[in-house]
Amino acid sequence: MTIFMFYLMAAIIIVFSIMSVTSRRILRAAVYLLFALLGTAAIYFMMEYFFLAAVQLTLYAGGIVVLIVFSILLTGRIEQKFEPTEARKALATLAAVGVGLGVTLYTILKHPFVGNGQAATEVNMRVIGKTFLNYGDHGYILPFEVISILLLAAMVGAIIIAKKQINN
Amino acid sequence: MAIDIYDFTGMTSAIHESLSAVLSPAATTIVEMTIIGIVFILFYALVGLFLVYAERKVCAFIQCRLGPRRVGPRGIFQTIADFIKLLMKELLMTKNADKFLFNLAPFIVIIASFMAIGAMPFAKGLHALDFDIGILYVLAVSGIGVIGILLAGWSSNNKYSLIGALRSGAQIVSYELSVGMALMTIIIFAGSMQLSEIVASQANGWWLFKGHIPAIIAFVIFMIASTAETNRGPFDLAEAESELVAGFHTEYSGIKFAFFFLAEYMNMFVVAAFGATVFLGAWMPFHISEMIPYAEYFNMGMDFIPGFIWFFGKTGMLILLMMWFKWTFPRLRIDQLLTLEWKYLLPINLVNIVITAFFVLTGFHF
Repeated sequence: MTIFMFYLMAAIIIVFSIMSVTSRRILRAAVYLLFALLGTAAIYFMMEYFFLAAVQLTLYAGGIVVLIVFSILLTGRIEQKFEPTEARKALATLAAVGVGLGVTLYTILKHPFVGNGQAATEVNMRVIGKTFLNYGDHGYILPFEVISILLLAAMVGAIIIAKKQINN
Repeated sequence: MAIDIYDFTGMTSAIHESLSAVLSPAATTIVEMTIIGIVFILFYALVGLFLVYAERKVCAFIQCRLGPRRVGPRGIFQTIADFIKLLMKELLMTKNADKFLFNLAPFIVIIASFMAIGAMPFAKGLHALDFDIGILYVLAVSGIGVIGILLAGWSSNNKYSLIGALRSGAQIVSYELSVGMALMTIIIFAGSMQLSEIVASQANGWWLFKGHIPAIIAFVIFMIASTAETNRGPFDLAEAESELVAGFHTEYSGIKFAFFFLAEYMNMFVVAAFGATVFLGAWMPFHISEMIPYAEYFNMGMDFIPGFIWFFGKTGMLILLMMWFKWTFPRLRIDQLLTLEWKYLLPINLVNIVITAFFVLTGFHF
């Protein structure tokens, strides 16, 4: 049953990913992207990695897709459709995608994946939190703080750009 | 199979055992999931119908009217009649609308609230989904509903719908932050995000009382922000009827309109149940401190009331509070709405979290 659900989710992800890049209506492409991301979250739930699944839902499905949809709502029009791509461009893209897919598949299939025989470790919230703020061995406090400062700088920058100039 | 109204663990495990005795493990899982799904759909429909009736009665009471009273005794069958009417109405479709997205939008909204309801602890042992990250899960799935509203506004190909959807999107995205941060206070107090553990930590007193002032501030912020997240008045400017016809669902009719309508009421239920779980201890009875004389007799008396009555009682109180908000306060403008969130609620929340952490470190709370 788990295997059946996995193939179902994998099929959903693949189908909607392809539809997302081939759709000629921009908002539909965003919605297909949402379904692909939800499928990924479902696979995380199946792996019982609940934290990552919830983060996937909040950040990607609830955050990034909303942002994309919002910007489309502000700029696009409903009748707008993209022009079908020229045959030459489509062929070139297909060739590039084919080569990329071939290399990836070759690498994955060639690599012998050996299970280490250990039982699956439960990754709970407390472990994640403590590892992030740990300054001893296997602690990530420095990267965590550096990323925090980077994000803060990005937010301040965004506010400065969006702020209206008041000329008196 | 004896039904214990105080503890449903025995009942659920008895069902599980009798099913797995007959069926294979995979079939058992499928049957159990189907049973739970059907129970939740029935529950969803019943609560939705009741809440619509309750809202009309409460609104009538506040406005010194009588409200529905023709269909059935005291009008209790009014919403059922309305629902049958909505089912039989023609489904209209606007010209040049994006048909696929137009039909998809109500389902996204309703699925989001449906998924959130699964995580609610209704009574001891009556808990469908109990994740390690319970609170984060509820926030994550209820955040998906906003996409449905944005899609509904866009695909209607109507300027009022689009403006309504944009307002609603800005509102939900901003107030989500305050809801999360207000809940963070209780996560710090309880030391867990799992809903069953948060409920268990309130056995000797609810966090609203145990957590001193930070918990009360967090509760007030939670109620304001979650009322805004459900798009209810005074934050209902996404469907402000005096300026936007009906906002994002202007073009919807019949059962598709009913989906939006039902989802709004169910979101209200989810928010109230969530607030009752986190701040008021879900199905935990009201207990007072052992230091007060004769407290044990009082606590025994409170234990006599079954857990699900406590849960629905607390949820009902919070729903009543939200209805009271709607019919008391005038609607906010969009700039007032964003000012309230970003200039008042968010800074208060941040300071509140620091105070909470200080309280927990010094062991100042009960």
